[in-house]
Amino acid sequence: MLVPLGQIAHTRSGDKGDTANIGVIAFKPEHYPVLIREVTPERLKTFFGDSVQGDIERFELPNLGALNFLLHGALGGGGTVSLRIDAQGKTYGAALLRMEISLD
Amino acid sequence: MIRIANGQGFWGDWLEAPVRLVEQGPIDYLILDYLAEVTMSILQKQRQTDPSLGYARDFPPLIGRLAKRLKERKIKVVANAGGVNPVACAKAVLAAAPGLKVAVVLGDDVYSRIDDFLAKGYFMRDMDTGEPISTIRDRIQSANAYIGAFPLAEALDTGADIVIAGRSTDTALALAPMVQRFGWGPDDSNKLAAGTIAGHIVECGAQCSGGNCQVDWQNIPDLANVGYPIIEAEPDGTFVITKHAGTGGRVHSDTVKEQLLYELGNPKQYITPDCVADFTSIHLEDIGPDRVRVSGITGRPKPPTLKLSISYANGWKAIGTLVYSWPQALEKAEAADRIVRSRLTSLGLNYEEIYTEFFGVNACHGGTAAVVTDPPEVQLRIGVRDASKKAVDRFTRELIPLVLNGPPGATGFGEGRPPVREIVAYWSALIPRDEIQTRVEVVTC
Repeated sequence: MLVPLGQIAHTRSGDKGDTANIGVIAFKPEHYPVLIREVTPERLKTFFGDSVQGDIERFELPNLGALNFLLHGALGGGGTVSLRIDAQGKTYGAALLRMEISLD
Repeated sequence: MIRIANGQGFWGDWLEAPVRLVEQGPIDYLILDYLAEVTMSILQKQRQTDPSLGYARDFPPLIGRLAKRLKERKIKVVANAGGVNPVACAKAVLAAAPGLKVAVVLGDDVYSRIDDFLAKGYFMRDMDTGEPISTIRDRIQSANAYIGAFPLAEALDTGADIVIAGRSTDTALALAPMVQRFGWGPDDSNKLAAGTIAGHIVECGAQCSGGNCQVDWQNIPDLANVGYPIIEAEPDGTFVITKHAGTGGRVHSDTVKEQLLYELGNPKQYITPDCVADFTSIHLEDIGPDRVRVSGITGRPKPPTLKLSISYANGWKAIGTLVYSWPQALEKAEAADRIVRSRLTSLGLNYEEIYTEFFGVNACHGGTAAVVTDPPEVQLRIGVRDASKKAVDRFTRELIPLVLNGPPGATGFGEGRPPVREIVAYWSALIPRDEIQTRVEVVTC
């Protein structure tokens, strides 16, 4: 069954220079393995497309039922350089809530 | 146990927050984080214009407002309000609150030492791009080393009521009282990591106590009176995150988790001047209403280097907007964008970057946004960036004429031409720790 990520997880995002980070946190511990399986750097790369120019890294925090993603080259230069309205990547996490994942 | 409250997540955060933290319940330390990366360059410019400036100007009047209660209740304040001029900040505090003892931490400002560092063979390569600092040497506007909790703890040792630092790390503000009161040493890596993570949780103010929280946000109570976070720190390195009773907001493992993930890199290597903290060791437990206990934290010893925060001039930019109304609002905005670009090209202007967003359609979420059909209005938002100020200035004159000579239904130009802003970019590099010698001074009028 396909569901939007926002059904099983919440997110928070921010910036470090031209890199955005997205923390993805499972509401329930039993959904953490689903995050591990479904929410991969490759899936994010496809989902965000041209918005992310560089690599995407993933780190695991099993103690928090969470994943942390670094999206390099994702903020149009970042901080003060960027011309985007969301130069600090504040809404990247919310965008990801729409990504469809499989619960099966 | 000591209570450490953060009343300011950045310079410009809610002015009432620190006052309420002092008035609405028990705290031992009030910490205030004022400095973002680009703040230092703004302060450096202010100091060049007036040698008595260059610090967070909100801070002295705040201390003046709180002085009586701070003294009565023996609350100590630790703040990085000093910017590039901590001594001037201290003098302004003394003028506003004459009865308080004020100590400053100096030595983080290395603006005048860059050439010395270069002569010693430090390339100060940018930590993102690897380029040597020589490529931007003549454009540097400020340079500071991030300093940790131990110099701040030394300042608390003087018995000061108010400790003012320049570019200390955000987390050091919270860690310093623990180091000073609990007698933690530089080798107590696990405890230093715990205090550092406590600092990370509270460093953005209410962002851990219900602000900007996705979980059940509609039901988070009374954000109008949101309580800012308080660390109840124990000598063994465990702590509880809470807020004053009767305040709005929420402290829960969900709100704390979101903040733990905020602006995080590699969770096993959260590097500070004090230690390397491991976020995968954190254990959270909801132990009561608005109370989250944090334990289990481990860390490793501090690195041999300190991070430099350097700002430099990097060209100019301007961002202009126009609003197009229904019908065909998006099509009109897209046509206007093509017209602007065509006119700029006719003028022979080629920018380093020109970037368009359609606010109401795709500005926040780009290509991932749901398709909107026939929206009631769309804001066209065009930005340009270039080394030439003149070219950027010319762009700012191209939007308003469209109201009369472009597609129909444009409005929202009341603010006039957009301002041309200098871009102050950020450069981070490493320097051997030995090069940075901090010192503490008690400042008198």
